[in-house]
Amino acid sequence: MTMEHAADEAADLERQQVQEDRLRRVWETPSGWRYWSAVNNSEVGVWYTATSFFFFLFAGVLALIVRAQLAVPDNDLVTAPFYNQLFTLHGTMMMFLFAVPIFEAVAILILPQMLAARDLPFPRLSAFGYWCFLIGGVFVAGSIFFSSAPDGGWFMYPPLTTNPETSGIGADIWLLGLSFIEVASIAAAVELIVGVLKCRPPGMRINLIPLYCWYVLIVAGMILFAFPPLIAGDILFEMERLFDWPFFNPERGGDPILWQHLFWIFGHPEVYIIFLPSIALLAMMVPTFAQRPIVGYGWIVLAAVGTGFLSFGLWAHHMFTTGLPAISLGFFSAASEAVAIPTGVQIFVFVATMLAGRVVFSIPMLYASGALAIFVFGGLTGVMVALAPFDWQAHDTHFVVAHLHYTLIGGMFFPLVAGVYYFYPFLMGHMLSERLGKWAFWLMFSGFNIAFLPMHFTGLRGMPRRVFTYPEGLGFDWLNMVSTVGAFIMAAGVLVFVWDVVRPFSWKPKAPRNPWNAGTLEWVAGNPSEPWGIRSVPIITTRYPLWDQKDLIRNIDEGRYFLPDAEEEKRETLITGVLDAEPIQVLRLPGNSFLPMWAAIFVGGSFIAATFHWWIPTILSGVIGIFVIMAWLWTGTSMIPEKPDKDAGRGKHLPLYASGPRSVGWWAMFITMVGDATAFASLVFAYFFYWTIHPDFPPPDAKGPGVFLPLLSAALTLGAWICMLLARHRNAIGNSGQGLFLLCASAALAAASGAALLAAPWLTGLAPTTDVYDATVWVLVLWTVVHVAVGILMQFYCIARSLAGKLTPEHDIDLQNVTLYWHFGAITVVVTALVIALFPLVA
Amino acid sequence: MLFWRDRADLWTLITPPTVWAIHFMVCYGIAAVECAKSGMQSDLFVTQVAISVATVVALALIGMSGLFGYRHWGVGSELPPYDAPTSEQREQFLGVCILLVSCLSFVGVVFVALPPVFITDCR
Repeated sequence: MTMEHAADEAADLERQQVQEDRLRRVWETPSGWRYWSAVNNSEVGVWYTATSFFFFLFAGVLALIVRAQLAVPDNDLVTAPFYNQLFTLHGTMMMFLFAVPIFEAVAILILPQMLAARDLPFPRLSAFGYWCFLIGGVFVAGSIFFSSAPDGGWFMYPPLTTNPETSGIGADIWLLGLSFIEVASIAAAVELIVGVLKCRPPGMRINLIPLYCWYVLIVAGMILFAFPPLIAGDILFEMERLFDWPFFNPERGGDPILWQHLFWIFGHPEVYIIFLPSIALLAMMVPTFAQRPIVGYGWIVLAAVGTGFLSFGLWAHHMFTTGLPAISLGFFSAASEAVAIPTGVQIFVFVATMLAGRVVFSIPMLYASGALAIFVFGGLTGVMVALAPFDWQAHDTHFVVAHLHYTLIGGMFFPLVAGVYYFYPFLMGHMLSERLGKWAFWLMFSGFNIAFLPMHFTGLRGMPRRVFTYPEGLGFDWLNMVSTVGAFIMAAGVLVFVWDVVRPFSWKPKAPRNPWNAGTLEWVAGNPSEPWGIRSVPIITTRYPLWDQKDLIRNIDEGRYFLPDAEEEKRETLITGVLDAEPIQVLRLPGNSFLPMWAAIFVGGSFIAATFHWWIPTILSGVIGIFVIMAWLWTGTSMIPEKPDKDAGRGKHLPLYASGPRSVGWWAMFITMVGDATAFASLVFAYFFYWTIHPDFPPPDAKGPGVFLPLLSAALTLGAWICMLLARHRNAIGNSGQGLFLLCASAALAAASGAALLAAPWLTGLAPTTDVYDATVWVLVLWTVVHVAVGILMQFYCIARSLAGKLTPEHDIDLQNVTLYWHFGAITVVVTALVIALFPLVA
Repeated sequence: MLFWRDRADLWTLITPPTVWAIHFMVCYGIAAVECAKSGMQSDLFVTQVAISVATVVALALIGMSGLFGYRHWGVGSELPPYDAPTSEQREQFLGVCILLVSCLSFVGVVFVALPPVFITDCR
């Protein structure tokens, strides 16, 4: 009996060994120069985090130069034009190259671990997003070395910035560089939404997911609705700068206020896009250090959902002084006050959790308490400036500068540093120093308050933002000096922190497994960590599985749960249901590749060349970029597996392929198109905005675009769409030949539709440089035609896949996704046609 | 329909704040159009009536959502934190979240409906 038992144990050990070897081989990080082809979340997440932190330090140095310039009156350390570049680039980089990307970076890094997933569902998309971010970021940041950085303030208000002769190339760098980075943000949003909804471990029902995941879900959803209006605004802005289309030029019917609307529809939610993920880190830390479950899990969900929505009703509180009617100000003021409710709720939840538990004192908690103190102060001044009459006094003064730094540094930076101290052992396997952590904290905390508290008073005494110097004796002198001293003290704290992070590992103690005794799954990661993420995907039955599920870690390590092996030597992760996380599919993930990097290089090259008006390289680079993306899709997506299903462990057989709404790709397309539709809606908003501000819109002498051609285009598109539906259906019932024919017919109809739509403003002689009406019709038409063209490209891709045998009646992911694209495509064409053809008749 | 389903899910969770968002856009849109088209001296009568109607509709829909959440919460049967791995607790959890989100959305709609009560022209 004992011998048998021993033999069993030996066999089990051998099984584990074999499985581990295979998993290690499959998930191995490439070495040498091929390291940069890695797409796994643990590599991409580290690059992402390090890069955005580097940009933070860069932008911080710019701020120090700003503070040095303002230290004494009539200072001439830097010139006025250079000062403009400094503060513009400081704000731009902190927001676009640090605050938002670091959220994506941290989420990519820790989310899969928290969900016991091997990786997120689209690893190459994450890698593509990273390379886009790196290229765009270096381009924007590097411009200051050539004294050609943007200099119109981080929100780029026209008309200061629309005239290329007065604003130089900086505005183009801002617009094109950041548009390119926004693509990366939307890519990350797609990845994270699908990740949270579909890649959870079996049993982790929606009432059990870690709070961080709730926040990630909400924030990624917010990105989908917040970034596209800015992309639409960027398009209008760049068309004005490059081709003189007068969207923001009042002489020809435009209006600079439209830019403010589009910018702040993005800009205000963005503040919460930055704030919520950092608060999410606190929501993970507070229970750990209170050593008890969070008090009021449901209240946190309320706070996250509520803030996510309400934050979209605040944008005009940045525009209180633009002369909007008082009643409009009232709506935004009311919503701005309402958002304080959910924001406050989560703070109370944290306090209640700490009171209910026995708080273990630690460095992360030190930063967390500092964060709450600073943030609450910033929140209160926020309630002050949300009142329109107060804002009229404080607008564009240093009071606002102080307010925004209190909210962002308290709401985002301090929680993030707390997160670094908290997660460092899990990421790097070593502990950060407690002594240095305290030094860094007190330097940063006191430095911050010394720098920014006086700014409230400088502002109330009337010192405007963005002036490069001030005369003596206005009451600003010593306050500014104190602020500058504080800024440098804070910088010293940042330096201590950076030193703690980068000093050699041999000087830091090795971290034990789960050093803080946390309850969530990311702490399963061993030390040294293995490349596979999780040894086997466990069944989860509680919110804090490491506290409540006995023997969980041992069973995970011994491969007793799902996907303990990689028999076919392929990368796989488990896909589960949205609500109850029941296992539904084993998803094959694409492996390492340089293609995402090349795609980012060429697409980025196209944006960069456009900045300098090098049109031939722009087009060439763009076309090559599209081909690289096609190659990436062709070789890495919707692969037909060698068998229909496999044993996922514990005797559970799961399919290897799923298409339509059951596939992750379909959801990615759906989410992307929701973002796309938001950008389109913003352009339509522009059309109606001009209608409201003009007594006559279209102007009485407008000749186009007529009724017939746009409506013909809409009819042709509906035909193309019906053909797509039929193609999908014929293919699904096994008639690939008819499916192919219908795809061709659909492409032909779509091409005709695009041509008809283009012909409408063309033949009626609408000249986009003469009047904003013409320009708006043209921009809607161009947006729509580009979408039709992309749709046709996708149809040809499906035809090619079908001919190559990669799209069959059972394996029709591509066709399903392209049909989904065409649902949105058809809506775009029909709305454009109705607006430009019929609205002039009504108006 | 969206406001009354057999099962609570993420769509029903975001329904009440979506109603808030639509109500917000309607209020903002109507007031902006009336002020732009009838001049700054306009008495806002149309806006006030339209916003009143929109507010009643929005509050009714949110109230319905809240009631739906309350039913799924099944109050009294079990107390929070609803962290058991069962369908019933998942349902209760979503129910209570929907109720909370409905309350917040209700307050949000009332907030946004207040300006036309106090501000009676476009200046």
